[in-house]
Amino acid sequence: MVDYRTGDDESSRHSRREFIKRVIASGAVASSATYVFGGLQGCSSRGTVASAVPGSVARLVRINVNGQERPVDVLPQETLAMTLRYRLGLTGTKLGCDRDECGACSVTIDDTLYNSCSVLTHSVRGRKVVTVEGLAGPNGELHPVQQAFIDELSPQCGFCTPGQVMAAVALLKHNPNPTRDEARHAMAGNLCRCGAYDNYLNGVMRAAASSKATAT
Amino acid sequence: MTYKLIGKNFTPPDVLAKVTGQAKYAEDFRADGMVFCRFLPSPFPHARVKSIDASEALKMEGVVGILTADDVKNAPAPAPTILTNEPRFVGEPVLALAAVDETTVQNALEKIKIEWEPLPFTVDPLKSLQPTKHVDARLDGNIGAAGVKLDTLRWTKEDFDKAGDGKLPMGKAAQEWSYGDVDAAFANAKVVYDESFVTASNSHHSMEPRSCMAYWQNGKCFVYGSTQSQSFIVPALAGMIGIKPDELVYVAEFCGGGFGSKGGAYPVMAIPALMSKKINRPVMMRVSRFEEYAVGNARNGFVGRVKLGFAENGRLLAADLYIVQEGGAHNGFWDFRNAADLVSIMYQPEAMRWRGVPVFGNTPTRSAQRGPGYNQMAYIMEPLIDRAARELKIDRVEIRKLNGPDMNSPVGKDRSPVSSCYIKDALAKGAERFKWAERIARSGQRKGSKVTGVGVGQAYHPAGFNGFDGLVRLAPDGILHIHTGVGNLGTFSHSGTSRIAAEVLKCDWEKCVVVRGDTRKHLPWNIGQFGSNTSTTMARTNYVAAMDALQKMKEIAAKDLGGKPDDYDVDGSRVFAKRSPGRGITYAKVAQRAIELGGKYTGKELPGDINPMTKASATALAGSGLIGVAKDNLPVKGEPAAFAACFVEIELDIETGQHRVIESLNIGDCGTVIHPMGLDTQLKGATVQGFGAATLEGMIYDPQNGLPGAIGFYQAKPPSYLDLPPLMQTDWVDKPDPVSPLGTKGIGEPPLGSAATALLCAISDALGGHVFNRTPVRPDMIINAVAKRPQSHQPLQIHTA
Repeated sequence: MVDYRTGDDESSRHSRREFIKRVIASGAVASSATYVFGGLQGCSSRGTVASAVPGSVARLVRINVNGQERPVDVLPQETLAMTLRYRLGLTGTKLGCDRDECGACSVTIDDTLYNSCSVLTHSVRGRKVVTVEGLAGPNGELHPVQQAFIDELSPQCGFCTPGQVMAAVALLKHNPNPTRDEARHAMAGNLCRCGAYDNYLNGVMRAAASSKATAT
Repeated sequence: MTYKLIGKNFTPPDVLAKVTGQAKYAEDFRADGMVFCRFLPSPFPHARVKSIDASEALKMEGVVGILTADDVKNAPAPAPTILTNEPRFVGEPVLALAAVDETTVQNALEKIKIEWEPLPFTVDPLKSLQPTKHVDARLDGNIGAAGVKLDTLRWTKEDFDKAGDGKLPMGKAAQEWSYGDVDAAFANAKVVYDESFVTASNSHHSMEPRSCMAYWQNGKCFVYGSTQSQSFIVPALAGMIGIKPDELVYVAEFCGGGFGSKGGAYPVMAIPALMSKKINRPVMMRVSRFEEYAVGNARNGFVGRVKLGFAENGRLLAADLYIVQEGGAHNGFWDFRNAADLVSIMYQPEAMRWRGVPVFGNTPTRSAQRGPGYNQMAYIMEPLIDRAARELKIDRVEIRKLNGPDMNSPVGKDRSPVSSCYIKDALAKGAERFKWAERIARSGQRKGSKVTGVGVGQAYHPAGFNGFDGLVRLAPDGILHIHTGVGNLGTFSHSGTSRIAAEVLKCDWEKCVVVRGDTRKHLPWNIGQFGSNTSTTMARTNYVAAMDALQKMKEIAAKDLGGKPDDYDVDGSRVFAKRSPGRGITYAKVAQRAIELGGKYTGKELPGDINPMTKASATALAGSGLIGVAKDNLPVKGEPAAFAACFVEIELDIETGQHRVIESLNIGDCGTVIHPMGLDTQLKGATVQGFGAATLEGMIYDPQNGLPGAIGFYQAKPPSYLDLPPLMQTDWVDKPDPVSPLGTKGIGEPPLGSAATALLCAISDALGGHVFNRTPVRPDMIINAVAKRPQSHQPLQIHTA
């Protein structure tokens, strides 16, 4: 399902517009698009902050999230993190900075780690997005990384944890037997203010060992 | 003492939700009809709003309401404000706007026309204390903090002239105390140092910005917030919203980091509730990272001066301390007082004087940050202790043991004893495990441009409160429900301390449920998770509630099976006769009997001294099992105190000024250990934060325009994985506190100070004893020190990059 094109006929566009209107009117689904701030610009009430494109409308796209095709209306400027959190209800993906600094919003796209706050949802049409909610097995079996993070008591406050989990999953996918130092560098894009780095690394190494044990 | 649960590892009940993404933080909640609100952050460091024209914004499609300072009831000045028409720092919320989506809110905010009157501002406390040409951060005074009344204070020209170049002038103080004959003690000293110093303010940078969601339903206000505390938030937040505490439903099951900045209710969290009341829609207020750097508080900075007099044997005879606290624009924390307590307890000077003045600046409000005041003072003191050791040719561990506190040594102004202290044990244990003697033989050794440095550091923080309530319920299915109102800072101590109730009742952990995180769950009145207190305070409350339940169980057994209550004991979820263990009843049956007996057994009669919140919770639970409920009236003897000692070895590149920590060992003195893995993570996390405080983190405000320069992670620099030593170790003394019921006490804060100071001391060591008298110590400072060049900043300059 690559590049699903929205219908061109007048009626379907109307129906989408009607749907969006209804959504806004009822408030049944809270939609949110840009989250504009940054540096000193964010303090200005009449500054140079980029406004949303006037008249921009959501378009229906299909993205593959956690193995499911999810049709979803997406604004042109909408980030994947916002789509996941506010349209698909996947709030495990956290927003820590919304500007590609902290890694709390880490997801994998085609098995590669991305900060979903800095990926436009339109760019992932037809690609496979996996969030922290998509890791457990069909009967709720935890992913080895999740289990290892529990066994090593890796999280503290837990806010960065979904991102740490995804970073570790992506690392082990590409390098199933990392050295501790390789793991440290691979995880370096994920901040943890609690300073639980050592316990996360213990978790990564444990997960690598347990995955190896399972494989053999 | 051997326990079934205490001292054993367990999987805290909230950790599964953290690794699966199921844990709901404030921004993860939704409500039907929810709209988005954003606040308008002040673009000025200090200004007056002369008029607001929001007509164009309010006409925009999708905009649903505005909240201005005129709509809210701020606490009396100089308390932090919810919204204000006189913003006093860049980013301070002026008004809030709500719309159906955030794009609309942001676009509408751009349409609001505000007529501003810029006002004078300062980001430098010394500028505010000058006799002439002073600039104040506030129009109503220039000094104040919790415990110091809002006032105006100036120093004289003579004060400034007398100080001399690069030395802190010491004019009139706002507060002071002393003990002993300070002048005489200095006269007897062999070595005297008189050092001026600067410790930078730094942000908390919690990973979760303080987003908040609120709505009103059936006469109650529902708030989903990000706080370290649960029950403790309720009265203050209800006050800000203008309702009674029992009209507030407050949910804080998870908190994405606080480190002191989310300990109590803070003003911006009232905005969604007040907006929701006005527009009658659920309101989500997401706080951006930039905004979090403005409204997320920060640690107080110090500009200070310390005079120390040592005897020939290394004993600290006299200490004279002056702290100018670089505070924010509003009443903040009292770090400047705590600094004195650190000196008094850690080195036990024979005579001491402290003076302090908390000065306002046009910068964010200062709240407690992990070891407020104590740790900044340790950053300065420990390298100076090393300097004395070096000059007097005393081992650095030994000089700390020589001066250090003993079991009941006095602390602070009142010279009141601590409840226990084993810092010397921690130093001894660390020196042995870290092979201190071997390592210091390598200190100063150079390989290429890399020099080895070895450091030891220590710190202190009070570790507990008393007088709060405990509440447990034994249900008729035999499950023990431990209700805790303490909050979830991420330390897992909400459950760790709940295990004390299970321990007292010898209840298997599998048969216990920790009930927390939501006022609807009938929680007792507890203090929050701050001040390293939980492992003392909540140990006491859970102990008294469990003891109350135990007594009731024994009474029920005696009623049903004969004899006296004291003839009975508990184990294996049974109450049984001590003399004939076969005779007894199960916990399930005891709970059922409690319901049948009614009265105090099932919460229908309650102790008179418990808090109304606890009373309401216990009343709600009445009739559903055996209720154990009590106020902590246990004896109080001495101030609970936590200590930590840390050892580090570093490699310092004297060409680049970069350092690398090779190994660290942080050792806690925290009484009986409740949860070894949890303690280990606290010690390691504090180590990481300590390294950040010592060498990375600092708030920067441009003195010319009052604009913040450290408003992103990459600028404010919390440590990352790459700052981690390859080998990070922890340990603990594990000696019980004699006052705490099971010997437990807190630990959260001192290991940050010990790690920071150990690193600072190691850097000094690698540089042959150079002391910077400033944090953070950055690479350019090191390069200047190596080259014996003057530093690029003035000695008393703050906000240096």
